[in-house]
Amino acid sequence: MIEIKGLTKKYGSFYALQGLNLSIGEGTVFGFVGANGAGKSTTFSILSTLLQPTAGDAWINGKSVTKNPEDIRKLIGYMPDFFGVYDQLKADEYLDFFGSSYGIPAAERAKLIPQLLELVNLTHKRYEYVDVLSRGMKQRLCLARTLIHDPKVLILDEPASGLDPRARIEMRDILKQLKSMGKTILISSHILPELAEMCDEIGVIDSGKLIAHGSVSAIQTQLQGEKVITVKLRETVDKAVKFFEEDPFVTGIEVNEQQLTFQYRGSDEEQMALLKKAVLANIPITSFAEEEKDLEDVFMAITKGVDEA
Amino acid sequence: MKSMFTNPVLIKEFKLRFRAFKSFSGIMFYLLALSIFVFGFIFVLMDFNISGFISSEESVMLFSLLTYVQLALILFITPGMTAGSISSEREKQTLNILLTTAQSSFQIIFGKMSSSIVFLMLLLIAGLPIYSLVFLFGGVSPSQLIVIFAFLIVTMLAVGSIGVMFSTLLRKTIISMIATYGSMLVLTGVTAFFFLISMEMNRSGMTGVTSSPSIFAHFWGTINPIALMMTLIDPLMLDSFYEVTNIHFPIWAGYLIFYSLVTIVCLLIAVKRLRVNMKKVK
Ligand SMILES: Nc1ncnc2c1ncn2[C@@H]1O[C@H](COP(=O)(O)OP(=O)(O)O)[C@@H](O)[C@H]1O
Ligand SMILES: [Mg+2]
Repeated sequence: MIEIKGLTKKYGSFYALQGLNLSIGEGTVFGFVGANGAGKSTTFSILSTLLQPTAGDAWINGKSVTKNPEDIRKLIGYMPDFFGVYDQLKADEYLDFFGSSYGIPAAERAKLIPQLLELVNLTHKRYEYVDVLSRGMKQRLCLARTLIHDPKVLILDEPASGLDPRARIEMRDILKQLKSMGKTILISSHILPELAEMCDEIGVIDSGKLIAHGSVSAIQTQLQGEKVITVKLRETVDKAVKFFEEDPFVTGIEVNEQQLTFQYRGSDEEQMALLKKAVLANIPITSFAEEEKDLEDVFMAITKGVDEA
Repeated sequence: MKSMFTNPVLIKEFKLRFRAFKSFSGIMFYLLALSIFVFGFIFVLMDFNISGFISSEESVMLFSLLTYVQLALILFITPGMTAGSISSEREKQTLNILLTTAQSSFQIIFGKMSSSIVFLMLLLIAGLPIYSLVFLFGGVSPSQLIVIFAFLIVTMLAVGSIGVMFSTLLRKTIISMIATYGSMLVLTGVTAFFFLISMEMNRSGMTGVTSSPSIFAHFWGTINPIALMMTLIDPLMLDSFYEVTNIHFPIWAGYLIFYSLVTIVCLLIAVKRLRVNMKKVK
């Protein structure tokens, strides 16, 4: 359904996106997670034909965003992270305007608008001016607007940010309904738990690169469990390999001359014990260091909001 | 024509515009100013004329003054109406959503442009009854009024297109306003200045009188809205213009060509630059 290949966006010499590759199947709810400035909005803007990529391309339903932007616009419903509404319009006029923007006949719009308002729980606000609506209501109205031409794909940039917990739950319920309607939904957030519950797949983006992609549970273990440890040795590498292999928390040992690298799943205490044991076993260690791994920082950044969610 | 009345942006702009109090107060203020001006003029004349009677010469004077007031209003209101058309949507963060809809760039620009133009036309038409007072006193023909109106609209379209273009190209409304008002001043003030200079240069030839045709003087004079209105009001002005420049190409035709080109080029640029060019991948 959605195919992203080598997508790159440069601002001057700064890479907002660096060769992003991603493939999302039809009917998937895809959560795009990354800290602020990771490149989520940039990706979504390119997919919505609002931003020209420096290199690479993306296809939705077989149409290229750079070569067939007119076709793409009919396929997608886009909700930006920050947006304004026309304050002087009433909720139903707002939807009517966008309905006509997609060439939907007036009679059909008249039927569609109450249904959409119903879907986003705004029936009672139909004849209210948009500027008196709360932030959560505006957000839902905008969501209704993205649906007016019955697009196959929804691209929602941080739809839950800035909402209070109740509004967030309401938004989540609507999204579940949309999922059951078979739409392919791309939704971004800088907080992983916010998305975890409603997504089929999660992609984690950091500094313009996709660093993880998979099911929600796979991503969570991948992000949580692993430390990467590098051990530098004076000599007798073989002995050291044998020693570390015996430890139940160690996997994937790689040898590089006098240096060992492996993944470690143990706690800090167990790690201390391992080092002590190694020293006592006379393994000539010159350095024993936990590698600064991107994932760890990313995980910290995107799980900060756990309590709020 | 049908597309004009079903253009989503046009309909939306109308709703927004006529819901805003400032539109009505704008029309009322305009009519009030125009009425005060006309009746003030008539009363002053009545006072000076012992007979209490307005001659057809004075009527022509009133007519030309009214025309200049209309021209000035168009030159000053049109930039204000159009120079924020796209940039204000950008500032209110509504533009991105609009650009992801299925509307073509042409439709959006056309809707923005025509909503401003229709409103300005309404202003002009609202002033018509006051204009017609002039006919009571004679000296001016209705056909003259029609021609003048046509050229006011040509001017309005050109200035409006410049405003829409700058509003598309420049991020901020305030800068777009400055650029549009600046262009308007160039078209009225700077062209007048160049017209006078090139005329002077032509005159100070060997003989001291104008004998050779001055293309420059003709050009600068032709594209000046004030000069055009002068020649439309008073045919004698036209003769002296031809005499001065030694070129007999009709000034109205030159004006029409120039400003039609300005309108088309500006609108084309606006349509081209409204959205990013996705196809230009290096
Ligand atoms: N117009 C721009 N000019 C320069 N840098 C930009 C521009 N837009 C975005 N960026 C940078 O690109 C990076 C990615 O931004 P964005 O996609 O908005 O991140 P996210 O939505 O994940 O928070 C950020 O570091 C941001 O500062
Ligand atoms: Mg963002």
